[in-house]
Amino acid sequence: MIRSEILREIAPILRDQLVVCNIGLPSQELHMIDDQPSNFYMLGTMGLSSSIGLGLALSQPKTVISIDGDGSVLTNLGTLPTIANNVADNYILLIIDNGSYGSTGDQPTYAGKKTKLEAVATACGCENVVTCQDVDTGRVLQAAIDSKQMTVIVSKCDSGNIKLPVITMDPVVIRDRFMNAVAS
Amino acid sequence: MSISQKIVDDFVANGIEFVTTVPCKQLAGVIEEVEAHDSIFHIPSNKEDEGMGLCAGAFMGGKRPAIIMQNTAIGVTINTLATLTQYYRMPLPMLISYRGELREPVACQVEMAVHTKALLNQLSIPTYHFHKESDVDELDAILKYTFMCNKPVAILTDASFWGGYGDQ
Repeated sequence: MIRSEILREIAPILRDQLVVCNIGLPSQELHMIDDQPSNFYMLGTMGLSSSIGLGLALSQPKTVISIDGDGSVLTNLGTLPTIANNVADNYILLIIDNGSYGSTGDQPTYAGKKTKLEAVATACGCENVVTCQDVDTGRVLQAAIDSKQMTVIVSKCDSGNIKLPVITMDPVVIRDRFMNAVAS
Repeated sequence: MSISQKIVDDFVANGIEFVTTVPCKQLAGVIEEVEAHDSIFHIPSNKEDEGMGLCAGAFMGGKRPAIIMQNTAIGVTINTLATLTQYYRMPLPMLISYRGELREPVACQVEMAVHTKALLNQLSIPTYHFHKESDVDELDAILKYTFMCNKPVAILTDASFWGGYGDQ
């Protein structure tokens, strides 16, 4: 499976949660597959999906899922010790690990070579780190939500992209409707 | 009351409940006060752009955030300030240790000091410079202004404000 196929499959699970979605194609795909006010689309700032999601989870009680990529986590690797040391049991970091920088032309990442993000997360002190295959992402994600324990999921999938339009929604509109969804 | 206590009291009086910090020798006292205060959640960051991401999330979760960092961080966070904090129109008070100003003992700190105000100006970030101890009296108004206009706002605090670096 490629990332967009995973997102299509887990969209019914994401719909009922607060989702912070990574910059570029992941946000464009989620927006096209199932746009919801409870989705916060990142239009810039590579690497900060996990940080935004953690700050949100620590500040209110609803479940927050940060959808990140292996390349973006590598960009902000300092996020993993911060997550490990500030446990929010309403927080799930879903790393879709396709071993490539998808939005920029599928250049390989180090996560697709020797570096194992699940081992990095564990070494940083994250307590519930689950590695799964693409087809099992929905089941693992639902189990993480039900467990009410902070979880890092590394979902291994194929690299590859679909053609789709950019998000033209105004950032302040994205933020405003998201904050209304958070507060509702 | 110490300057650090006064600063944190102003944070609390303005509803700030979520503070991220990247340390600086000059900021040690205020970071200690943040850590000690019951009504503030203190979350140290490994890098300042990460901290701004945490603050963005906290703001959307209904908590007023603040970041405490060195002026060298302006070099690290320009993209985040432009494409996250400003683009999505979020408030962020930035209490910044202004290294490389008068009384600075470390020459390399001057290299970022000479760019600090120019970069903030280029980003159209409202900037206040605390040089004398009494300048802290404006902090309350600056914080109210920040949450009124939903912008990142810089408060540069230099060595003279903090009372110097001690014996040199």
